[in-house]
Amino acid sequence: MAASIERSDIHRLHAIARQIQEKNTEAVRDVIVEKIYQHSQTIAGEVTRRTNQNKVDQDDRLDAILTSRYFGFPIMLILLGIVFWITIAGANVPSDLLASGFGWLEGKLTDAFMWAGAPAWLHGVLVLGLYRGVSWVISVMLPPMAIFFPLFALLEDAGYLPRVAFNLDRLFRKAGGHGKQSLTMAMGFGCNAAGIISCRIIESPRERMIAILTNNFVPCNGRWPTLILLSSLFMVGAVGMGASVTMASLVVVGMVLFGIVMTLFVSWALSKTLLRGVPSHFTLELPPYRPPQFGRTIVRSVYDKTLFVLKRAIITAAPAGVITWILANIMVGDKSVLTHVADWFAPFAHAIGLDGYILMAFLLGLPANEIVVPILIMGYMASGAMMELDDMGALKALFLEHGWTWLTALNMMLFSLLHYPCGTTIYTIAKETKSAKWTVLSAVIPLAIAIVVCFIVAQTVRYFGWV
Amino acid sequence: MSCMCIEKRTELLHHKFGIAASAEQKVIALAGNPNTGKSTVFNALTGLNQHTGNWPGKTVGNAQGTFTHKGQSFLLVDLPGTYSLLPNSVDEQVARDFICFGQPDVTLVVVDATAMERNLNLALQVMEITDQVVLCVNLMDEAERKGIEINIADLSKKLGIPVVATAARQKRGLEELQERLLDVACGNIVPDPFMLRYSQEIEQAISELELKLTPLLKGALKARWVALRLLDGDDTLLQDIERYMTEEPLQDPSLGREQEVSPSWPQA
Repeated sequence: MAASIERSDIHRLHAIARQIQEKNTEAVRDVIVEKIYQHSQTIAGEVTRRTNQNKVDQDDRLDAILTSRYFGFPIMLILLGIVFWITIAGANVPSDLLASGFGWLEGKLTDAFMWAGAPAWLHGVLVLGLYRGVSWVISVMLPPMAIFFPLFALLEDAGYLPRVAFNLDRLFRKAGGHGKQSLTMAMGFGCNAAGIISCRIIESPRERMIAILTNNFVPCNGRWPTLILLSSLFMVGAVGMGASVTMASLVVVGMVLFGIVMTLFVSWALSKTLLRGVPSHFTLELPPYRPPQFGRTIVRSVYDKTLFVLKRAIITAAPAGVITWILANIMVGDKSVLTHVADWFAPFAHAIGLDGYILMAFLLGLPANEIVVPILIMGYMASGAMMELDDMGALKALFLEHGWTWLTALNMMLFSLLHYPCGTTIYTIAKETKSAKWTVLSAVIPLAIAIVVCFIVAQTVRYFGWV
Repeated sequence: MSCMCIEKRTELLHHKFGIAASAEQKVIALAGNPNTGKSTVFNALTGLNQHTGNWPGKTVGNAQGTFTHKGQSFLLVDLPGTYSLLPNSVDEQVARDFICFGQPDVTLVVVDATAMERNLNLALQVMEITDQVVLCVNLMDEAERKGIEINIADLSKKLGIPVVATAARQKRGLEELQERLLDVACGNIVPDPFMLRYSQEIEQAISELELKLTPLLKGALKARWVALRLLDGDDTLLQDIERYMTEEPLQDPSLGREQEVSPSWPQA
């Protein structure tokens, strides 16, 4: 086959095309398309045969309930709530155990440094900075992750997640997005960077951009621990243990819901402004329900997700721990650099219901959301009285000592849910969109929303004197 | 594509489509509607030998993978999932351009066994562009569960191309699929795709155009297909022919005014 066509022949082709275009090509196209569709139906009809028509498919019956207009959403929320309940109730004890284990080891390490006559700064950098950062990441994050991921994977394995996408499809279409956006969000619950990459399943560039820009509003596994931890520390009433876990899970469900509402709102706003266009059609086909393969799914999700995320957290937490310790221990005047910066942030932070240290932690936590809480803890410990943190009660005491109320916890959760994506995700967005403008917007839009929402919440709560 | 110089195709794939195929590799374009398990077929065939990128100049993702069957190496190019090849969207254009101008040895069309009536039209459209087509009827497991039976032999006869039933999730039918791909790629089987006839009026116009087009196209594209596209007013095709099929890119006059104009292209 000859690969090339003469240039002069191209001009002849154009001439032929011009002649034709004077005729009614629209009508011809319709005839051609119709004929192809018709024929495809004819052939399909001739070669397919449907047997046992009257056998009611079990899947169809299940779908009628799980994706029904009335029960679809409540069932979704209840299942999500149950997952969080199990996670929060189950994570407390192992978290405490891990924390006290690491605390004990820290004592031994300190003894070893003293025995070796190591200088105080070395002990500070390595034990109080690096070791503490890492051990907090592990004890705060590992237990909820090890419970949450397998549960989520089981729901996915059973074929439930595509039903969630189906339920949300209608809403996304109204918001000018694409039904598949909810699938990319499901990926985002694991990791926003993975969620961004999964946006490739959306064919239309416009809708893909919407999905990329809003993926940040689903909490990734770097933020689950923050949400779950703060919720279980501060959002519990004086009721018994069972009820308080329920309350904490409800708050986390509320956070997820708020994230979804924000996703829809921002998608809608973008599709009306920067990314105008018509939503493209799409048919979501639901895979069959399958009994989940418990053993394999759990082992795989622990290996693939839990350990992967933990490794990433540790890699970023180690240097962040060192930096935080150094910042907290270099004194300028009578205060450390960390305190200076925190003080500088304080007025603005107070206006949005946070404090300077929290904002610092979010800034230093840019490489990975996992390390925001550990950095915050380190900041507080360096600035306040030194104390042993070997259980969750001590952690709450530390926060309270720095003037926390339920409003601080709520706004930190909101800020964590909404603020800019982590460094890895921003890098992924830059690679996927190949556009500096959209990359910057993907960080600026959520940040602006986070600040506005936190500001409104803080001012409202204070105005009514609820704290 | 038999007599086409292989180096030339390798170069074309590399420069115009960002695809690195070696000279001895057979190139397979993988087309299909969305949600047909196309990616599952892709993964099942290529395993871990994949890499992803973007189509040059497009924001559409592109996955390529390799596999070897009976000593023959294949490069499988996963096209965007589309419902048709009418260039209404970037995806459809990317898919059409590759099938048309990327000169794959075989185009593999994946269809959903449970929704044949919706899926077959893509296969019919591909068959208008090229003879080198293999049809993969995927999701047979689901069809069985839903009590849908498909007469594969009859379908193959009606379409005039090899048809293979698969359930890629269970890795069923993949061996046969590779066998058929090899057959068509190496010329052991020469498909004779069924040609859809349109109304008499359109057919008349097609034959007239075919006479004019055949000497111009020199067999590089099917004259009948180009005639159809000209008749339905597809104005992207000629640009694409220029882009992919001329030796050096034609200088765009609108660009020429801004850029430096080479002496061989006098300014109007």
